Amino acid sequence: MIRPQDDIHNATAAADVEEPSSAVLAAPSAVVWKPLNWAKSNLFDSVPNAIMTLLAVLLLWEVVPPLLSWGVFNATWFSADGTAAACRDGTGACWALMGEKNRLMLFGVYPYDQHWRPALATALVIAMLATSALRRFWVPALAYAWLGVVLVVAWLMWGGILGLRYVETPQWGGLPLTLGLALLGIVLAFPLSIVLALGRRSNLPAIRAVCTGYIELVRGVPLVSVLFMASVMFPLFLPEGVTIDKLLRALVGMTLFTAAYLAEAVRGGLQAIPRGQEEAADALGLPYWRKMRLIVLPQALRLVIPPIVNQFISCFKDTSLVTIVGLYDLLAATKASLADPDWRPFFVEGYIAAALVYWVFCFSMSRYSQWLERELATGTRR
Amino acid sequence: MGGLRTTRPKTLRALVYSARFRGIVYQVLVVAGVLALGWYLVQNTLANLAARGIATGFGFMGQEAGFDIGEGVIAYSSADTYLRALVVGVFNTLKVAVLGIALASVVGLVVGISRLSRNWLIARLATLYVEGVRNVPLLLQLFVWYGLVTSLPVPRQAIDVGLGVFLSNRGLKMPVPEWHSSYGSVVAMLVIAVIGMVFLRRWAINRLYRTGRPFPWILSGLAGVIGLPLVAFALFGAPLVWSVPELRGFNFQGGVDLSPEFAALLAGLTVYTASFIAEIVRSGILAVPHGQTEAALSLGLSRAKTLRLVVLPQALRVIVPPLTSQYLNLLKNSSLAVAIGYPDLVSVANTAINQTGQAVEGVAVTMGVFLVISLALSLLMNWYNTKVALVSR
Repeated sequence: MIRPQDDIHNATAAADVEEPSSAVLAAPSAVVWKPLNWAKSNLFDSVPNAIMTLLAVLLLWEVVPPLLSWGVFNATWFSADGTAAACRDGTGACWALMGEKNRLMLFGVYPYDQHWRPALATALVIAMLATSALRRFWVPALAYAWLGVVLVVAWLMWGGILGLRYVETPQWGGLPLTLGLALLGIVLAFPLSIVLALGRRSNLPAIRAVCTGYIELVRGVPLVSVLFMASVMFPLFLPEGVTIDKLLRALVGMTLFTAAYLAEAVRGGLQAIPRGQEEAADALGLPYWRKMRLIVLPQALRLVIPPIVNQFISCFKDTSLVTIVGLYDLLAATKASLADPDWRPFFVEGYIAAALVYWVFCFSMSRYSQWLERELATGTRR
Repeated sequence: MGGLRTTRPKTLRALVYSARFRGIVYQVLVVAGVLALGWYLVQNTLANLAARGIATGFGFMGQEAGFDIGEGVIAYSSADTYLRALVVGVFNTLKVAVLGIALASVVGLVVGISRLSRNWLIARLATLYVEGVRNVPLLLQLFVWYGLVTSLPVPRQAIDVGLGVFLSNRGLKMPVPEWHSSYGSVVAMLVIAVIGMVFLRRWAINRLYRTGRPFPWILSGLAGVIGLPLVAFALFGAPLVWSVPELRGFNFQGGVDLSPEFAALLAGLTVYTASFIAEIVRSGILAVPHGQTEAALSLGLSRAKTLRLVVLPQALRVIVPPLTSQYLNLLKNSSLAVAIGYPDLVSVANTAINQTGQAVEGVAVTMGVFLVISLALSLLMNWYNTKVALVSR
């Protein structure tokens, strides 16, 4: 609003800008106790700041002690008889719920005596994810390792051969289902998203229209609708007599949905590649696909890795929506274990536990994505 | 295809190898493939629907819906048509989305600025909020909110918040002024005052640019916006009758209420989206070079004025595009209402689908409506974006 004056003063102010900023760094006095000094400069350096600090302390004082006494000091940690009776007598949180229901929450309705199988499968996948996170292991052998792990995991989950009992997919549930849907969703969506992104940037109008239409259509509707469509309409789309698994239908829905979002991330990467790269490839006479495969995509996809990790995080959170179409993912399994009238009053504890699982995965991945962004930038930084 | 424009090919061989010819062939193949897939799906669907004895077409929209809807902006009874039921759903979706966007923007702005506060404690609290909320699925948060709201005491033991506001497992009840015939002119005065404020702002900025003398248009404008309706209100003799919630039997009568479903959905959407908006605001502010802040401070502007006049207008250019997609996300996430029983569009459409079996039409209507609302919202935000975008001179 006062831009005209601003412009005039900016020019003269630029010269003196050094002065006030060095004045802020007052010489530390040696006698003052260090934390006090820190508090003075970080919490009480002005009157409004001091008021805000006091308000925040007041808020914490109101919230933290009751929370601690509920969650820690007055909490019921174990239930001797396997019922919620001990919790109902107590005034605090009922963590005994975890002791009783953790298997149901983590593995859903998978046959109880076979729980070691999804547990082992989940552990294998998490270990592979952790390994793949490190650049040191980004070698071709990793792909073979993944192939092997996928086969082993499929064998563990389905069984049916080599001495394991057959477990059909409607019985799968809990964390393995959440992880599997998120991972497969993103992996299957990836190739589709590359095709869509290239199509959207193509200079052939019909192809561009088809790809743009698909991306915008899918991004304009909620995942709930897509999943609902997948669960009620896919059976109608297929020829009579052909049925597909509920899990597979949800996976197809997730994949089609994720692909549209991922395509936009890939397009962002493609746009970041200087035009000269493509022109150089054209000048060398490379045909379209070789130009993309050898010149453009290797550069673009490296830029896209952090957004892909971010997309994976939202995909991981979005898998909770399969609850709505009747699959037993981690959230639905948690909800199911809270349906027990004995434990129902302690739903907050159950959801906190599930939230913690989601949080650990998503938070570590978002930190990883930030680290990776810096790490990948080192190669091109000058 | 790499943009090579050659002269018209002379031989068949040259034709086959020409980028232009190949481009046309590829396009024809893709379009034919898409059409063939569509035709195949439609044929299968028609055959399946015929085999199951399900009707097709939108004829069902005129039939009696026969199910109740918990709440709505417009009047509705189970004797109304499916079309009206769906319209009720659309309005419910819009209601929660509009309120959610407004609240999430405010909370997100406050939290985003707090994350950059020089006050260590405030910054840490804001970080805790953002990192804690955005890494947990919204649906889980909605279940918790809904569980908390419905585990409140029954209306007889409702928590009295004061000022006639009551919290119970039937939702939030609060007093509301009863409509009076003079309120029309009060609202008219409000509209006039708001329009007047827009012109005042234009005049004040114009004068500032011309003469350099500032005019406190915000304060005087706000005085008008609050004052004019109050004057009108007083002239009519201040006819104010409050409709206060009162406990009669097992529930409250009078006042206005937020249903537990709506309250839980609104709280969940606001808290979740605000954490993302906070990050957008933070990155937008960080994108403004620090020299701008230093220059403003050295001119003697206060910290608040620096933020309002120098930093935020520049940050908005970075903030608005991702903010648009967060608004769209909130709109789409409002469809999670179906999981806690708030009768939004998706939830009403699902009921209609379950009753009629006409899944294709139901899903098509849902998607169509969401596409239209999304499009309208992005057009609005794009218009705003062009207003805040850098004007290159």
